[in-house]
Amino acid sequence: MMTQAALSTPALRVQGLRKAYSDVVAVDGLDLQVDAGECFGLLGPNGAGKTTTIEICEGLLAADSGDVEVLGKRWETDEKDLRELLGIQLQDTQLSEKLTVDETLTLFQSFYRDARDIGEVIDQIELGEKRHSRVGGLSGGQKQRLAIACALVGNPQLLFLDEPTTGLDPVSRRQLWVLISKFQAEGKTIVLTTHYMEEAERLCDRVAIVDHGKVIAMGTPRELIDAVDVSNLPPPEPRKTSATLEDVFVSLTGRGLDDE
Amino acid sequence: MSERVPFPVTEEMLRAERKTLRRRSFMKSSMVQLTLVRFREFIREPEAVFWTFIFPILLAAGLGIAFRQRAPDKVQVGVVSSASGSAALVQSLTKDSSLVVKTYDDSAAALALRTGKVALLVVPGSAKDSVHYVYDRGRSDAVSARVLVDRAVQSGAGRVDPVRASDSYVTEAGSRYIDFLVPGLLGMNLMGSSIWGLGFAIVTARSKKLLKRLMATPMSRVQYLLSFLCSRLVFLILEVGTLLGFGHWAFGVPLRGSLVTLFLIAVLGAVSFGGLGLLTASRARTTEAVSGIMNFIMLPMWIFSGVFFSSANFPGAVQPYIKLLPLTALNDALRANMLEGASFAAVSPQILVILVWGVVSFFAALKLFRWR
Repeated sequence: MMTQAALSTPALRVQGLRKAYSDVVAVDGLDLQVDAGECFGLLGPNGAGKTTTIEICEGLLAADSGDVEVLGKRWETDEKDLRELLGIQLQDTQLSEKLTVDETLTLFQSFYRDARDIGEVIDQIELGEKRHSRVGGLSGGQKQRLAIACALVGNPQLLFLDEPTTGLDPVSRRQLWVLISKFQAEGKTIVLTTHYMEEAERLCDRVAIVDHGKVIAMGTPRELIDAVDVSNLPPPEPRKTSATLEDVFVSLTGRGLDDE
Repeated sequence: MSERVPFPVTEEMLRAERKTLRRRSFMKSSMVQLTLVRFREFIREPEAVFWTFIFPILLAAGLGIAFRQRAPDKVQVGVVSSASGSAALVQSLTKDSSLVVKTYDDSAAALALRTGKVALLVVPGSAKDSVHYVYDRGRSDAVSARVLVDRAVQSGAGRVDPVRASDSYVTEAGSRYIDFLVPGLLGMNLMGSSIWGLGFAIVTARSKKLLKRLMATPMSRVQYLLSFLCSRLVFLILEVGTLLGFGHWAFGVPLRGSLVTLFLIAVLGAVSFGGLGLLTASRARTTEAVSGIMNFIMLPMWIFSGVFFSSANFPGAVQPYIKLLPLTALNDALRANMLEGASFAAVSPQILVILVWGVVSFFAALKLFRWR
């Protein structure tokens, strides 16, 4: 039974989020809303505050101020329930190299009340041949798929992916895109960060462009692209062809994504 | 929109999920899985296996052989040959099998004594039937050489002992160095593998952000820490078994106390040091930092807690503090059990020290632990 209230509960709602480290303000009054079933992208250069934002949403960092609601719950009061409902992939986790793929997933599975079958998850990430291989012997793309499998094995409602495809070759990247699309097709929600424009255009229903800890633009990739007047781009960008998300970023910030 | 899953999940759904948890098999429980991970990570690290199981045995064998009981060394003595009557003296002295006699002229004799080649110089006296000994009274081997040499000189000159003496030689298992050493090595090994094993495993997990990743799951933090202590218990059986088995088989080290008590003492020691290991690893972000902390904690105990030599060698003023160190307590309890056959009740003061360290450091670790 789906009540109107349940449908209108956003998967993620962030208001006035602020987080400063000793030397730098990482997030400076950030607002977001992600609807249930959406694939939402946080875009921005390195150091824009994407990872800090996503880790606060994941309940791994405490915000200085601001309001975060995940699946209608709050970290302060519902941490135990929220941990069961979220699947998380962190940017720089190294899983234990001495365990096999199967052992790693069995460990993560054991933490969840309503976990998925290991075999099914392994098939989904197409690591069947490597099921009994050590994690240390996997390629970068395989390790990354395993990291996502660890996020999927708890049968999450909401998946947080922090730069899931950074450093991967094009084939591995495409494999991950398929994986993410399939998860979304099950009606579940994804929040991901990336600095690949192509990835955001391909996967995301909506994107927020983050710079200096603030959202400077938000909308569907199409809306953002249509809003750019290509002829107004700074040199050497001006051209006649239609804009890309990269152009959106350049026109908003006056610099490219790789300039940081 | 309508096919999408609603939020939030209702209480009924969560209750149903809890039921599935109860149905999950024992082997798939998170406590068992976490402990299995500890085993796998340890067994798949050949170096760790070497340092935990092979190294203590090599150490025991090496030290056991180096300090084994031997017939007393022969005493080297010198006779100054320039004086008359030296030939008769040499003849008397060589009859005593415990002496090695060398002759020197005046200057060479002085050098031999000064450089320790001989323990004592025999100088034939200028008067008839007199002899003069030159030696350092502060050297115990020189003093005993004086006794041996004088006996040989006197009996060579015709003295007859009024009482006939005979000897029989014994070696008492339990009083030898190896008997002192093996319980000490066992204690040191229990400390080392707890502190090193836990310290490196936890800090590596923290520095690789694996700890942070686990924190993003519903995993219980207490279970995570307990899994280290549980895995220590299982490896402990192997550690204690191999070292004691080797000592008993190769050197006849006695096991006079009850083996159950011995095992219990070892378990308490290992778990207590496990707590200390968790505390050691509670804050450090890098393995370099934790190595320093581990050495800082363990070095005083290697020295003061009576591993290789008795802690009684230290001044009386520091003895109460030495007795409060967990390794001193563990070593004393192990020795009392193995060498004197002490009961569990007899070592209860040591057990108390061990338990207090374990409980305090476990809870301090839980409080201080840096999970991210």
